[in-house]
Amino acid sequence: MRKIYDLTASSRFGTLKKIEEFQTLFNRCPVIKSELVQKISATNPHLFHRDVERIVNVILDEIIDALARGDRVELRGFGAFTVKHREARQGRNPRTGEPVSVSEKFVPFFKTGKELRDRLNGES
Amino acid sequence: MHGKTLTRADLAEAVVRKIGLPRNESQELVELVLGEISASLARGEPVKLSSFGSFGIRQKGERIGRNPKTGKEVPITPRKVLVFRPSNIMKERINAGMPTTAKAAE
Repeated sequence: MRKIYDLTASSRFGTLKKIEEFQTLFNRCPVIKSELVQKISATNPHLFHRDVERIVNVILDEIIDALARGDRVELRGFGAFTVKHREARQGRNPRTGEPVSVSEKFVPFFKTGKELRDRLNGES
Repeated sequence: MHGKTLTRADLAEAVVRKIGLPRNESQELVELVLGEISASLARGEPVKLSSFGSFGIRQKGERIGRNPKTGKEVPITPRKVLVFRPSNIMKERINAGMPTTAKAAE
C-alpha cells in the first residue's frame, strides 16, 4: 500500500481542490510489473504467465542495453528514451556545505510521445 | 554521441531472438506491453517497473509562457505531464561497462 501523506502536508496547498488533485495523482496505487504481466496474460490466454513475464523483461532489458551502448530508443506514440551526458562538476553537500567533486556521468532521459501526452490530458 | 535509434521492430526482434516466439506474435506483444503501460498512465495510474524505473504523473498549474517566435505572452493551460524516474539499476548499467571518456568523444 502507498504511504498516506501526512495531513499537515495539506496546509501547503491553498484550496481543497488542490488537495484533491494532489491526492488523486500521488496517492493512487501504482501499477507494478507483476500487475502489468497479469493484465497481459489475462488478454492472451494462449501464453503462460511465466512467458509474459520473460517477454516484459526482455523488452525492458533491451531498452537498457541500447541506452548502455549510447543508442536511443524511439517508440512512436509512447515516447523516446535517450542518454544525456553530465559533465564532472564541483558539487556541495547540502547539509554541511562541504564541496564534493561529482564525476562525469550519463543519465537516462525519457521524453513523452505526442499521442501519450494527449491521452494523459484526455484528448483523443 | 547517439549511435543507432532502436524502434519497436528492434524490441520485437529481441523477443524473437531471446524467447523464440514467431515474429508477428513478438510484434503484437511489444505493442501490447506498451499499450498496457500507456493505458494505465492515461487512467492516471503511475507505473512502476522494478529494475527499470517508474512513470509518474504530475499535475501542472496554469502559468504564463511566451511564444518564442513572436515574444507574445500566452497562458499555458493546466495539464498533466509524465515523468520518468530511472531505477538505480538502470543508471548503474548505463554508466557501467562503458569508458565514459571514450563515449563522450564519440
